[in-house]
Amino acid sequence: MQTLRRKDFLGLEEMSAEEINLILETSRSMHEIIKRKIKKVPTLRGRSVLNLFYEPSTRTKASFELAQKYMSADSVSVAGSSSSLVKGETLKDTVRNVEAMGVECVIMRHPVSGAAHYLARNIESSVINAGDGMHEHPTQGLLDLYTVWEKKGRLEELKVAIVGDIRHSRVARSNIWGLKKMGAEVVVAGPPTLMPPDLDIFGIKAFHTIEDAVINADVVMALRLQKERQESGLFPSLREYAELYGLNRERLKLASDDVLIMHPGPINRGVEMTSDLADGPGSIILEQVTSGVAVRMALLYLLLGGTKE
Amino acid sequence: MTLTHKATVMDEKSINQALRRIAHEIIERNKDIKNVVLIGVRSRGVPLAERLQKMLAEIEQVKIPLGILDITLYRDDLTQRLDNPQVHTTDVSFDLNGKDVVVVDDVLYTGRTTRAAMDALIDLGRPASIQLAALVDRGHRELPIRADYVGKNVPTSSSEQVDVKVKELDREDRVDILGILED
Repeated sequence: MQTLRRKDFLGLEEMSAEEINLILETSRSMHEIIKRKIKKVPTLRGRSVLNLFYEPSTRTKASFELAQKYMSADSVSVAGSSSSLVKGETLKDTVRNVEAMGVECVIMRHPVSGAAHYLARNIESSVINAGDGMHEHPTQGLLDLYTVWEKKGRLEELKVAIVGDIRHSRVARSNIWGLKKMGAEVVVAGPPTLMPPDLDIFGIKAFHTIEDAVINADVVMALRLQKERQESGLFPSLREYAELYGLNRERLKLASDDVLIMHPGPINRGVEMTSDLADGPGSIILEQVTSGVAVRMALLYLLLGGTKE
Repeated sequence: MTLTHKATVMDEKSINQALRRIAHEIIERNKDIKNVVLIGVRSRGVPLAERLQKMLAEIEQVKIPLGILDITLYRDDLTQRLDNPQVHTTDVSFDLNGKDVVVVDDVLYTGRTTRAAMDALIDLGRPASIQLAALVDRGHRELPIRADYVGKNVPTSSSEQVDVKVKELDREDRVDILGILED
């Protein structure tokens, strides 16, 4: 298989292992370009992309924009707060108008689960989901898969422990789908109030202590803890969370010796993990960020490279 | 579409003779052989460049740096193809600035691959010169491009295909001309 036979990239749930593999292989070639002095290839010259972010984002937005520039695509970025949405225009109308200006691919982050699917059904352009509500953040999932695959040389039979607020995390959902498809073993851990009620559909084990989850883990991924979850009473305090569920050297003693430490960012130091862990030898947090650009370049190439006919 | 074998134009012996001659021509043309680097164009150009590297080492006792170029992202037909060609990795681990670069490819045909290769190289640095070595030149250029070193000139019609096989990838060395039978 040489190309993704799909118009949109909306989630890892609907991707096959073969498709994910193609994206990972292509990302490796893109990764080489990021390491060059002249970070530009002419591949997507003349193609136009819209970045539409209805939620704040630094990393993902910068990453997509750089990926577009490195591939020579033309792009515009619109923040939800400054768009016509506040004037009452519907999402569909906003995007149809930009489409009329010649855009062929829309990258969207939206607070509502399913927003990217809705958009994909209603426009001709390709849609890439940059995070929709509590549903999926598939490019984050892909970049996590790619970073581990690069480091370990494989994904099959690796044990990955995902720790924290699984329930509200689109990053966790995308990672679980992606990792399972690629043959990894996934376990999750976190406070009972932050566990999803529908864990069965993923077919993974859940633990309520970090220690139980990280035994022999090859990868430990901490999720970002959102303060508003505390306000809604799902956990008592940041300090208590850090005390019970924060990652530290002591807790990771049961993991494999060369365990990789990951975090999708932005990190709350001292809450999800200690600083010495985030900056220590097993941490691949910054590599995740670099991978993000490579993976997004690969996706743009695979979705926009060929002709539609 | 069916392909039929029309003629074998090179075998293992003539391929290696041609490469050896090219190695000597590279030495003759480049007074400072230590400034030369080889770039193999994926896929068949890479093993050919490796053989040239070995031959140059035997003749001149120098290890010429060898890089691998994937030109997929520089193709001019990406928007016209239904399928995206698979991208492979470019691997040029040395500085190209000021070097005399010899690009090695199996077949020179329209010149479009060479155009893409030159653009890709220039994105990696500023070589002093770029030269082109092709095992087979089959004519039918669509761009003002010519080879500096040619293994064999093979007159063809554009309805024919030139099929290069190399031991490293195909388990045998030979160059065939194939005809296309319309069903």
